[in-house]
Amino acid sequence: MNPVGPRKVVATSAALAGLSLVLAACSSGAGNDPASYPDDDIEVVVPFAAGGPTDTVTRMIAEPMAEELGVQLVVQNVEGAGGTVGAGQVAAEDPDGYTVLMHHIGMSTAPALYGEQLAYDPVEDFETVGLVTEVPMTVIARSDFEPDTFEDFVTYVQEHESEVTMATAGEGAASDLCGRLLTTALGVEVTVVPYDGTGPAMEDLVGRQVDFMCDQTTNTTGQITEGTVKAYAVTTPERIESLPDLPTTAEAGQPDVAVSVWHGLYVPAGTPPEVVEKLTAALQVALEDQSVIDQMAELGTTPVDAERATPEAHTELLTEQIATWGDVIGTQGG
Amino acid sequence: MELLDNLALGFTQALALHNILFCLLGVALGTAVGVLPGIGPTASIALLLPLTFGFDDRTSAIIMLAGIYYGAQYGGSTTAILLNIPGESSSAVTAIDGHPMARQGRAGVALAAAALGSFFAGVVGTFVLAAAAGPLAAAALTFGSAEMFAVVALGLVASIALASGSAVKALAMIVLGILLGTIGQDLYTAVPRFTFGVRELWDGLSFVSVAVAVFGIAEILKNLHDPRTRVRVASKVENLWPTREDRRRMVGPVLRATGLGSVLGVLPGGGHVLAAYGAYATEKRLSKHPEQFGRGAIEGVAGPESANNAAAQTSFVPLLALGLPAHPVMALLLSALIIQGIQPGPGVMRSQPELVWGLIASMFIGNALLVVLNLPLIRVWVKLLDVPYSVMFPAIIAFACTGTYAIDQNPFHVLVMAVLGVGGFVLVRCGCEPAPLLLGFVLGPLLENHLRRALLISHGDPTVFVTRPISAALLGLAVLALVVAVLPAIRRRRDVVFAEED
Repeated sequence: MNPVGPRKVVATSAALAGLSLVLAACSSGAGNDPASYPDDDIEVVVPFAAGGPTDTVTRMIAEPMAEELGVQLVVQNVEGAGGTVGAGQVAAEDPDGYTVLMHHIGMSTAPALYGEQLAYDPVEDFETVGLVTEVPMTVIARSDFEPDTFEDFVTYVQEHESEVTMATAGEGAASDLCGRLLTTALGVEVTVVPYDGTGPAMEDLVGRQVDFMCDQTTNTTGQITEGTVKAYAVTTPERIESLPDLPTTAEAGQPDVAVSVWHGLYVPAGTPPEVVEKLTAALQVALEDQSVIDQMAELGTTPVDAERATPEAHTELLTEQIATWGDVIGTQGG
Repeated sequence: MELLDNLALGFTQALALHNILFCLLGVALGTAVGVLPGIGPTASIALLLPLTFGFDDRTSAIIMLAGIYYGAQYGGSTTAILLNIPGESSSAVTAIDGHPMARQGRAGVALAAAALGSFFAGVVGTFVLAAAAGPLAAAALTFGSAEMFAVVALGLVASIALASGSAVKALAMIVLGILLGTIGQDLYTAVPRFTFGVRELWDGLSFVSVAVAVFGIAEILKNLHDPRTRVRVASKVENLWPTREDRRRMVGPVLRATGLGSVLGVLPGGGHVLAAYGAYATEKRLSKHPEQFGRGAIEGVAGPESANNAAAQTSFVPLLALGLPAHPVMALLLSALIIQGIQPGPGVMRSQPELVWGLIASMFIGNALLVVLNLPLIRVWVKLLDVPYSVMFPAIIAFACTGTYAIDQNPFHVLVMAVLGVGGFVLVRCGCEPAPLLLGFVLGPLLENHLRRALLISHGDPTVFVTRPISAALLGLAVLALVVAVLPAIRRRRDVVFAEED
C-alpha cells in the first residue's frame, strides 16, 4: 500500500471543506432589483420554536402569500432570548426584502426587558410590513382550583397572594406578559413558575401542579373545551366566537386586563418602499384567504382588517405598545 | 373488542397505497437525517411541513412527519457505531460500546443488534401507545417537578455505571458536564450565566457540537497521537449478522430496555432523554461480565437502542391522549395538526379516530419498513470502513464541521466543537471518558430546572421531595444505588489496607 503523505490529507480535507462551503453558499444569495422583486425565495424568520403559536400563524399565512408573490416563503426558526436572537439577525440582514421577520408582542417588550443589552432598536432598525392577527389571551387554572368565576378568582388571588403559583412559558413569552399585566392590575405578587415553552407549562397546569396561567387561545382552546383546565375570562374587549360562554375581563370588572398577542411582519430598515408595498399587498391577500380565516378560527383568533395590515398602522401600534410595556415592566423592575 | 376495532380502522387508513408510500418516504428521510449530525428530526420536519399542506389526505401528512421522527432514531445509531459521532443524545450511549465493536470488526453485528432491538422496541412501544395511551397519560400527569427531579437524580446516580474505568473520574466528568450545561440564560431569572459577553452562548452550547467534539474529534486526535490505535477498522470484518451467542445475549437487554423506555417515554419534561442512559446503566448492573461494557459489549448496544425507540413511540402518548406536546418534535406535529384544521386537545382521539388510529397503525408498518430498509444497508455501511484512515480522518472532520454548522448555519458552533474537541482529547489522555460528561450535560439542566421549579411551587419547602410518595420512593432508590455503587470500593480499600498491614 502506498503511504499517504500529509499533503494529500490536507488536499482532501480542503476539497471537502470547499464542497461544504459551496453547499452553504447555495442556500443564500438573491437578486436585489426592487422592480423585479421578488425573483427568489423569501426567508421568513420566526424567532421562536417550530410548532409554537407564532410559528403556526406564520406557516398559515406563508402559503397564500407565496402564491401571491410567485416565489417560495421558507420559514426559518431562529430561537433564543425571548425572540431577540432572531430579530437581531434579521436587523443585520441586507434590506432587500428577501429576509422577513415575523414577531409577536415581544417586539415591543424587548426594550424594557433587555434595555442596553438589546442589539437592535425595534423601531429604528426595521420597516413594518403590517399587523397579521391579534390572538386573544385566556385566564385559565388547574381543573380543581377553588374559584369558579373570574370575580371569585380575583378575590381568591388577592386573599391568598403568598400561596398562589402562576405558570409562564419563560421571560418575555406572551404568557409572562399577560401574567405581569394581570398581577399588576390586581395589585398582587404571586409566585411565578417559568417553564421552557408553552407545552411544558400547559402540561403542568393540566396535571394540576401549578395554579393558573394566562395564555393565548392558540394553546388553550382545546383544553378549555375539553374541561381539562378551568377557564375564567378572555382578555379581549368582546367575547370570542370559539368560546362564546367565556366572559371578558372587562365584564368581570377588570377592564385594565386587556391584552392580545399581536403578530406583525417586518423587514430590515432601508428596504425599498416598493418592496415593502409588495409584501404588504401579499399579506393583505393572505388575510382574506378563506382557509387562513378558517384555520385561525380553529385557534380562536381572526386575521386583522386590511386597514390595520399596513406599515403606517402597524408602526403606530408598535410605538404605542413599546410605551405601554415600558411602564408595566418598568414598575415591576424587569 | 374496542382496541381491535380501532386498530382495524387504523390499518384501513395506513394500508392505503399512498399512505404506505408516505410512511416509507418519512422513515427513509428520517434514517437519512438521523445519520447526519446537526440536521435532526426537528429541523427536517419544520422544513417539510409546508409540503404537507397540499396533501388531500391529512392522515398522510402526519404519517410521513411522524415517520421522520422515529426513523431518525434508527439512523442516529449508524454514525455513532461506525465513526463514534453521535448525532443525538440517545445515540451517544450507543457509541460507548457500538464503536469498540466496530473497531473489533463487528460493526455489522452492532448495526444489526441496533436495528433488531429498535424494531422490537418500536413495535412494542406502538402497541403500548395503542392499548394504554389514556391511562398512561393520566398517570404521567401526576408526575410534577418533584417527581421528575427524583427520576433524573436516580438516572444520574445510576449512570456512574456509564464509565468503564474509575468511578471518581466518572463523577468528575458528570459534574463537568453539568457545569457545561449551565451555560446560557437562566430560565428563572433570565440572567445569562458563563456567557462572558458572547451573545451566541445565551442559548447554551448545542448538544451536537459538544457530542461531536468529545466523542468524534477527541477520538480522532487520540488516534493521531498514538499510531498504534490507527489500525484500519475493518481489517478483520468477521460476520455481519449476530451469532447465536450474540442473539442469546441480546434477548434480556432488549426486553428490559423496551419496558424501561416505554415508561420513560411517557413522562413529561424530558423523560425520553433518560431512556437510553437508564437502559445502559441497568444492563451493566445486571450483566455477569460488566467489565466488557465500554469495550464492545453487545448488551450495551441492544439495550439503549431498544429503550430509545420504545420511548420515541410512547412519547406520542401525551400528544395523542391529551393534546400536549412532550418535546419540540411533538410540538411541530401539533402545529401540523392545527394547520390541517384539527383542533388539538384531549378530544383528538375521539373527534379524529381515523387520523389517530391511522397514525398508530402506520407506526407498525413504519417500523417494519425501517428494519427492511436498514438491514441491507449494513453491508454498505461496513464497506465504508474499508476507506483508509488517512482519508477517513479528514473526511470525518469535514463531516463533523458540516453537521455542526447545519444546526442553525452559525459558524460559532463549529468553533465550539473545535475547542471542546481539543479539551475532550486532553480529558481522554487523562483517562476520563466522554459518556458521563455528555450525560451530565444533557441531564444537568433537567435536574436544575425540576429542582428549582419544585421548590418554587412548594414555596421553598424542601420536604416536598420526601412527602410526595413517588418522589420519596425514587430518591430512596437513588440513595440505595449510590450505596451499592460505593460499597465495593470502600470494601476494596479496606482489603488493601488490611493487606498492607499483614
